[in-house]
Amino acid sequence: MRLLTPTTLNEALEYLAAAPAGEPLIPVAGGTDLLVSWHHHAKDDWNLLDLSRLHDTLQPFRLTDTGLQLGGLTTYWDVISSEEVGAAFPLLSEAARQVGAIQIQTRGTWAGNIGNSSPAADGVPVMMAYDALVVLQSLRERREVPLDRYYTGYKQTVRRPDELIVAIHMPRRRRTVEWFHKVGARAAQAIAKLGVAVVQDECGWRVAANSVAPVVCRCRHLEAALADGVAFARVEDLQAILSKDVSPIDDLRSTARYRESVLARLLYDKLGANGD
Amino acid sequence: MSIAADIARVDGGAKLAGTARFVDDLAVPGVWHGGAIRSPVARGRIKHIRFDASINWNKFVVVDHRDIPGPNEVALIENDQPALAAGEVRHMHEPIVLLAHPSIGQLRRALRAVQVEIDPLPAVLDPRRPLTPELVQYGPDNVFKLIDIRKGDPREVFARAPHVIEGEYQTGAQEHVYLETQGVLASREDGRMVVQGSVQCPYYVLDALTHFFGEPRDAFRVVQTAVGGGFGGKEEYPSLLAIHAVLLANKAGKPVKIVYDRQEDMAVTTKRHPSWVRHRTAVDRDGRLLAMEIDVLLDGGAYVTLSPVVLSRGTIHAAGPYHCENTHIHGEVRLTNSPPYGAFRGFGAPQTLFAVERHMDVIAERIGMDPLELRRRNLLRKGQTTATGQVFREDTDLVGLLDRALQLSDYDQRRNGHEQLNRTHRYLRRGMGVATFYHGAGFTGAGETHLASEVQVAGLPDGRVEVLTAQTDMGQGTTTILTQIAADRLGLAVGEVLVATPDTSRVPNSGPTVASRTAMVVGKLVAKACDDLIERVGSNTGDGDVARPKGTSLQDAIRAWHVTHDGKHLLGCAKYRKPASIEWDEKTYRGDAYACFSWAAYVAEVEVDLRTCAVRVIDFVALQEVGKVLNQTLARGQIQGGVAQGIGWALYENVLLENGAMKNCQMTNYIIPGSGDLPPIRVYFEEQPTPHGPGGAKGIGELPIDGPAPAVINAVCDALGMSIRSIPLTPERLLDLLGSDAGG
Repeated sequence: MRLLTPTTLNEALEYLAAAPAGEPLIPVAGGTDLLVSWHHHAKDDWNLLDLSRLHDTLQPFRLTDTGLQLGGLTTYWDVISSEEVGAAFPLLSEAARQVGAIQIQTRGTWAGNIGNSSPAADGVPVMMAYDALVVLQSLRERREVPLDRYYTGYKQTVRRPDELIVAIHMPRRRRTVEWFHKVGARAAQAIAKLGVAVVQDECGWRVAANSVAPVVCRCRHLEAALADGVAFARVEDLQAILSKDVSPIDDLRSTARYRESVLARLLYDKLGANGD
Repeated sequence: MSIAADIARVDGGAKLAGTARFVDDLAVPGVWHGGAIRSPVARGRIKHIRFDASINWNKFVVVDHRDIPGPNEVALIENDQPALAAGEVRHMHEPIVLLAHPSIGQLRRALRAVQVEIDPLPAVLDPRRPLTPELVQYGPDNVFKLIDIRKGDPREVFARAPHVIEGEYQTGAQEHVYLETQGVLASREDGRMVVQGSVQCPYYVLDALTHFFGEPRDAFRVVQTAVGGGFGGKEEYPSLLAIHAVLLANKAGKPVKIVYDRQEDMAVTTKRHPSWVRHRTAVDRDGRLLAMEIDVLLDGGAYVTLSPVVLSRGTIHAAGPYHCENTHIHGEVRLTNSPPYGAFRGFGAPQTLFAVERHMDVIAERIGMDPLELRRRNLLRKGQTTATGQVFREDTDLVGLLDRALQLSDYDQRRNGHEQLNRTHRYLRRGMGVATFYHGAGFTGAGETHLASEVQVAGLPDGRVEVLTAQTDMGQGTTTILTQIAADRLGLAVGEVLVATPDTSRVPNSGPTVASRTAMVVGKLVAKACDDLIERVGSNTGDGDVARPKGTSLQDAIRAWHVTHDGKHLLGCAKYRKPASIEWDEKTYRGDAYACFSWAAYVAEVEVDLRTCAVRVIDFVALQEVGKVLNQTLARGQIQGGVAQGIGWALYENVLLENGAMKNCQMTNYIIPGSGDLPPIRVYFEEQPTPHGPGGAKGIGELPIDGPAPAVINAVCDALGMSIRSIPLTPERLLDLLGSDAGG
């Protein structure tokens, strides 16, 4: 195992750029994903880039009239502790409070949640529903990628090995619907069986779900139906459309049937003809 | 009076301050770390073991079955389990090769660098499946143990009964999830092999080592370290672990420590036996139980281990705390190629009590009677007998216990409220469920007589006393209650009573810390040993059989004894003697299965979310009659912990098996409820002192795991108007049961 400890962002980007092809560096923010099953991994081939000395640069977040910019090391706890962010982007706080428990919330970061690319990432659906942009930086360039186009397949992303997630930007808009629901196996310390965030704003509907596809995904067929003003009279009607958007699997945490069915039930209860 | 005083736990300070030493806290200079290479299949013949050439194996100690000096047997009821597989493996994760190295990192790397090649053999993965000859691995039919309990003649009754109601009930495996994983340390001190570890039964470990290595008992010393929870999981398994550590320590000539991490612990150690219980019950028009036929099947796993006695307790409790003159209970525990199932709090009784308590609600529904009224009509009354013919002699009013529990839970009013909510709410449904049940305290049948437990209470030169037993404090409060019992009996302050750390070189064998026996059986022996101590120092006040000198006079007498017996040990002793009133016939399974039972009525209130099919327990009343309560806080803690564990077993804890072994062996994927998932657990006691326990105390440790599962599932059935027969009732399973069009 090799551990690199840059003290400036530039140094970190230099390390990333210098890493030989085939031996990419793994950026470490809170380390909460890295430590899972630590003993059971051979770590000989690990090349870790410890970002902990970059807090001054990457931890602060900025809330302005036009939007919220989270830093590459902003934690869930930073958001939970901010009343202003809670008021402007309530789903972020709501999702953050349901990540693991306080120990994880104080270490885990929003950028790390994106970067780890788990289909069950708790923080990603709400950011996607808020139409987030991921800011990637390398020595060569700084570019912005919409979060809903960041993932290209299971654990596959558009991030190049020399790039680091340095910020996440979410626009402030007038929203008419914003709602998040996580289904975990227990009240805390649970990885999502499924989760869904729904936002309707001046740009339209966005429905983002986790644990129901190889990546956290937008449910675009459902969004289109909502935009067309379809009134779902029965849960089956909604599920028929939703099934074009999601492709859940059976795994240790739940079943494909449960995931699709419960996602449909929750959305129907929220958005259906008799919903609230 | 120290008994019933709510004193702080005597081990609490050290645990709170972090100074208590668990096995992994023991820093031993030059210690090596041990680990096991395990079977990757459920059953097969070992063909070849490949050691990767990238590792310098000369730096490791490697042990396999050829290093075993004596019989390759882990001694227990039957000696059929090898410590290291030789030739054939019978279950996933069965240990084959042991490694040790001074560096734990090097050890982990080496463990990944050994491949075992195996020719698979056909495996039994479901004990209900019919056998073909190549699947037989034990006796003629893979049946480890068969038990029949007969009373009256049920067959004749069924022919003319107004109602015959059948039902089949199923429970899943359960992992103990003690806070501290299993671990032992073996080191040679003064020519003797010392095994320290997180163990429930130091003498079981001693017996296993003595048998395995063919050496005399004094060649070993087994010492209990602070234990972070056991729940039965550290009853029999540590014997195997200790053998492994000693094998490595012998070959390495170094101290060897083996501490499992959580994943290994969950994958390889014992679990609660999965069960299938079938009921067929004849009932008259008034709801009286005329006849019960009960078939109990347990999955035993690959070796016998403790399964016969788990089945025994399970079958004895199978008919519930009800009066029925015609009963036939048939029990079998069968081999499968799973890691052996083992002791777990309740020991077979939770499985059969889940079945009978669900079945009572099923009967009530079928004959159109309130399930509470059905229970009231059939609960045991004084003078009636249990399925084994044991006469209910106690003054406990079981109907009164049930009615008080209903009152405490505000049963009627809440159910009325539920009717309104269930008619109108879009997705929430609420319900109430009840379980009435019992748990026998102490070893089953003649078990205590065979154990012949011994206890000593030493008078020390400074006038204090030390209680010497093999009872381990796993967090349940043993040390505290034994202190209270001795202090009470001797008239001393609790600070003047010490309790010895279990160490087979200095404490007598007072039996294992299992079976809800410590407070009642060992506690009574402590009281008797105290009496003997008083006799020996000659300070008996002579006022009848209970000697209670003033504290100062006893302490003076002890100090005076030492002045005249310089250098000698002053020991009060007691040995278990079967009370004359208890009669048990092991052959026919007739008689007094236990010296006494504890009794309980639990009420659960649940809320079901039809969107997610998640069940939440929102209120829980646990009322029990456990004899004299020795320490209110500790007793309440035992009940609350048992209820939490029972709710986990009912709703959350799903052991997923692959090739017979647990595959979701991480705490993120094996879900035990957290505090946020649990209701207020409201604990109430009734106290009906028993002559069999100190100050009238009965057993308490296992009772609270018996009732929550049926109470909770009965409540879910009440909420949804359906009949659920198996646990765990995960949301996924409830969704399947409800069908895709329900709710929403």
